[in-house]
Amino acid sequence: MTPEPSLVATANQGLVLHEISKKFEKVVALDSASLAVRSGSIHALLGENGAGKTTLMRIAFGMIRPDTGTIRINDNLFSFASPADAIAAGLGMVHQQFSLVPEMTVAENVALGGKGRYDNRQTAARVAEIAAKLGMTMNPLAKVRNLTASERQKVEIIRTFAHQATTLILDEPTAVLTPRDIGDLFVQLRAFATNGGSVVLITHKLHDALEHADEVTVLRKGRVALSGSITDVTESALANAMLGQMQIRTPRNDRPTAVSSQRVLELKEVSLRDRHGIKQLAHVSLDVTQGEIVGVAALEGAARSMLRMMAGRTEPASGDIVRPASIGFVPEDRSQDALIPEFTLTENFALRNSAQRSGRVDWPMTRVLTETVIKEYDVRTPGPDISISSLSGGNQQKFVLGRELAGHPDLLILENPTQGLDVHAVAAIHEKVRSACKTGTAIVYYSSDLDELAALSDRVIVVADGTISETTPDRTLIGQSLLSTTST
Amino acid sequence: MTAEGVLAADALVRAVPLILTGLAVGLSFRAGVFNLGAEGQLLVGATASALVSIKLSGSAGFLVLPIALTTGAVAGALWAAVAAELKRRFHVLEIISTIMLNFIAIHLVSFLVRGPMQEPTRIYPQTVALAESARLPIVLANTRLHAGFIVALAIAFALAWIMKQTEVGFRIRAIGASPMAAESAAMIDVSRMSWAVLCCSGAIAGLAGAIEVSGVTFALYENISPGYGYTAIAVALIAGLSPLGIVASGIFFGVLETGAAALQRDFAIPSSIAGMIEASLILSTLVFAAMRKHYTLFARREKTA
Amino acid sequence: MSAIETFLEGTIRTATPLALAALGETVTERAGIINIGLEGAIIAGAFGAFVATGFGGVWAGLAGAGVAGGLIAAVFAFFVIRLRADQIISGTAISLFSLGLTSTLYRQIYGATGAALSIPTMGAASVPVLSLIPFIGKALFDQPPVAYLLYLLVPSTWWWMYRTHSGLSLRAIGEDPRAAAAAGVSVSRTQLLAVLFGGCLGGVAGGVLVVAQSGSFAEGMSAGRGFIAIAVVVLGRWHPLGAITAALIFAAASALQYFFQAMGWAVPYQVFLALPYALTLLGLAGIAGRAVPPGSLGKWQAL
Repeated sequence: MTPEPSLVATANQGLVLHEISKKFEKVVALDSASLAVRSGSIHALLGENGAGKTTLMRIAFGMIRPDTGTIRINDNLFSFASPADAIAAGLGMVHQQFSLVPEMTVAENVALGGKGRYDNRQTAARVAEIAAKLGMTMNPLAKVRNLTASERQKVEIIRTFAHQATTLILDEPTAVLTPRDIGDLFVQLRAFATNGGSVVLITHKLHDALEHADEVTVLRKGRVALSGSITDVTESALANAMLGQMQIRTPRNDRPTAVSSQRVLELKEVSLRDRHGIKQLAHVSLDVTQGEIVGVAALEGAARSMLRMMAGRTEPASGDIVRPASIGFVPEDRSQDALIPEFTLTENFALRNSAQRSGRVDWPMTRVLTETVIKEYDVRTPGPDISISSLSGGNQQKFVLGRELAGHPDLLILENPTQGLDVHAVAAIHEKVRSACKTGTAIVYYSSDLDELAALSDRVIVVADGTISETTPDRTLIGQSLLSTTST
Repeated sequence: MTAEGVLAADALVRAVPLILTGLAVGLSFRAGVFNLGAEGQLLVGATASALVSIKLSGSAGFLVLPIALTTGAVAGALWAAVAAELKRRFHVLEIISTIMLNFIAIHLVSFLVRGPMQEPTRIYPQTVALAESARLPIVLANTRLHAGFIVALAIAFALAWIMKQTEVGFRIRAIGASPMAAESAAMIDVSRMSWAVLCCSGAIAGLAGAIEVSGVTFALYENISPGYGYTAIAVALIAGLSPLGIVASGIFFGVLETGAAALQRDFAIPSSIAGMIEASLILSTLVFAAMRKHYTLFARREKTA
Repeated sequence: MSAIETFLEGTIRTATPLALAALGETVTERAGIINIGLEGAIIAGAFGAFVATGFGGVWAGLAGAGVAGGLIAAVFAFFVIRLRADQIISGTAISLFSLGLTSTLYRQIYGATGAALSIPTMGAASVPVLSLIPFIGKALFDQPPVAYLLYLLVPSTWWWMYRTHSGLSLRAIGEDPRAAAAAGVSVSRTQLLAVLFGGCLGGVAGGVLVVAQSGSFAEGMSAGRGFIAIAVVVLGRWHPLGAITAALIFAAASALQYFFQAMGWAVPYQVFLALPYALTLLGLAGIAGRAVPPGSLGKWQAL
């Protein structure tokens, strides 16, 4: 006897997220995003950096509470207050970072979150058993601190199996694995799905989705841009959904490019490691000349260490870097790295170059300069003597830009300066960047928004896998080179 | 001088070490460095200055006093430098190391006044009394109010000016308010700066000890400090870490502590209520700070999640 | 009793309150929270014991001590876990508050005469057979029964920390609260329980000072033991067995002065008194074997 079609549909519903919305402060991270993962399938959640895919899955896993929307598993409504609730409901998540305790052993990390007596030997045996079943080799008594990134990910996968999860969420699992490991992983995920489990694969790689998933949902700017069976979509449809439809923008014809060949920033054979010792750049050379805007495209923060080095905040591990005397830097995390929230605008202005000055602070002068920035950059504030935390994000960012451009630096480094801002603030920032460039400032502009890069840059460099490649400021071309460098 | 006047002067005398150690604590807390070791630094400063005063009296004339006070400050700074070095080289929490150093200082003083520095008759666990020339002058006739009060005021004003008007003071406030932004936006070497602040804080506490010896006790003995370095934390916190506020709260505490006996006698109010008043003031400032921060704090937490 | 036996007996007696407080603080710090307010819990415990003993004898006194210490810790927990106030500032204020409160209550209830009020104390109860072991028998097993409570608490705390899942969660939180939360551990609840446990044991430590040692309450009788206990935790490397070992070292150092006096040796005993603290510093610096504090100790990480 065949069941009624509607019953089949219900029975097959594994994890269903319905119209989830979430705002952080005033920034919309998710706008009524839905995701339905069938039991027995692998579902790819595609999207660019900042598209909201990790936020959505963190909501599913109880790490963040949604503003609106519902979570159902096998048609039961859930409201998770913490990951503990989600784990109890059969969810398991493999995170990108921060989810293992480095000072503890593999076995201890796998056991974490359990109840009752803890038996080290028993857990170790269980870890070995699961690892063997998954075709992995793992020393259960090794400290996580000493493991490689790919081994750590295996520990997390083992943990989800140990918790007997029925729905697995994997956040960019292929980022740290070798091709061979990736192959093994997907064999296991397929077996898991065949046994009735469901898998959500968060990724920004088209290849992963096309190769391994049964279904796909694409998020763009917090909304679902596309959803369907993998057999029904083409690669270009996915790419378009991910990166957005081509928009006609006025090209940068207000100024002849490369008016001057005066080099402002030079990188010669530079290699760089981040503060965890992980290699970020290998033998990279690059020149930036006066008055040009160099766009930087990179996925998932791959350019972060490079931008900090260019701004003089860190030094390369090897190679030479020649920087100009004055550099402005607009970091991505405004409230943490650029501003001191409880300080006044004037005090925040004084932060710039404070380490290089000595003697008295000329407060009246600083206040005048602050007022100039407020006026020129249209910072909406009652005055320069109130704490900067009372300003909106857009006004804070305009202030930071104004501060960093005060005194006409030779070089300005910007890191996603328009993220989370409203259209007016974005336009204002673009205009100020353009006019700074006209007065001769060289600009390195990183953005996760390819349209923005295409509209603003003279040329674009793509940072991936520790190397850089150059391309023209065209969003399709940037998109292609970004995706091609990371799809293998 | 009236009896009330003498009592008031006594309150100010009591306030001097509280103001100075309060300034030491306030300076370090302002920079986000938790120096809980003002007590030990005060003891070491007192010891060093007593040693110098005794050795030099008769040979250095009017220079004895400035040399003794300077030595006290340097000794305090060196004592704090132990914690500062441990913090910079080995990332040892200064909260823990400064407490350890307090205990070591206590036992060091105890050893010295019962051993090498004991007075010649070897009856009392203390040093010989300081010569007149090594004592701080009295600034208000017929009271015990000594010139140390003026020094404390001068340092408070100097610190207030430095914190408000100079680049160094601004950098100290910046690393305390946000080490990340201080490093990223102002390019300050936070660990070096914290090191220096901890040593300066120790110097001020050491000076407090030197002044206590040359202005009040005129000898070194074990219980020279009834916990000034700990009360200093309350003094600094109630003043919101502001140097001039610390002068006020230091005097307030001085009055509270000297007046406690009178209060108890005349109004049957237990003098220990002073401690509760102090603590309640600190706790309520914490509640207000938390309430003010609450909204933004939780918003930021979710953002980083 | 020989001088050595007296020395050993004195060491255990001094170590008992120190070890209790340090054991509790070990658990608190393994949850990533440093409770400088431990001094406050100890004095509150001493006062609680003093009051409760009057109503129901020495065991009621110890129970009262635990409750009083727990209450003080609850206030601390409210500030640092709920309000996310600074741990050092909150702890300092709590200590100050507790010292002031106990003194005020004492004078209000018992008058400010300063006349020492005495209460019944807990006598030594010797354990049959074990107390007959030469040298150590009398020192270890002819103590007030609260010492035996300590002997039970140390291994059971160790067992809990290393042999149960909730102990595992505690240690994980101290190292990395974010990772622990992601693995399904409820961080705030565990931290609250760890702070309360530390407060209760601190309170009992204060109670021991009253019911098993002095038989009376005196203002400020905790005399810095809270801070010493924090040193003990560090020297004991944040481990329950380490805590009791370190407490014994600290206690032996202070008992040594009487031993030296008894033997008529003229050695500056202060050297021994200061030694444990110096050892603690060396341990922290990694010179005497690295002592690594829990990764998140004293800091707040965004969860």
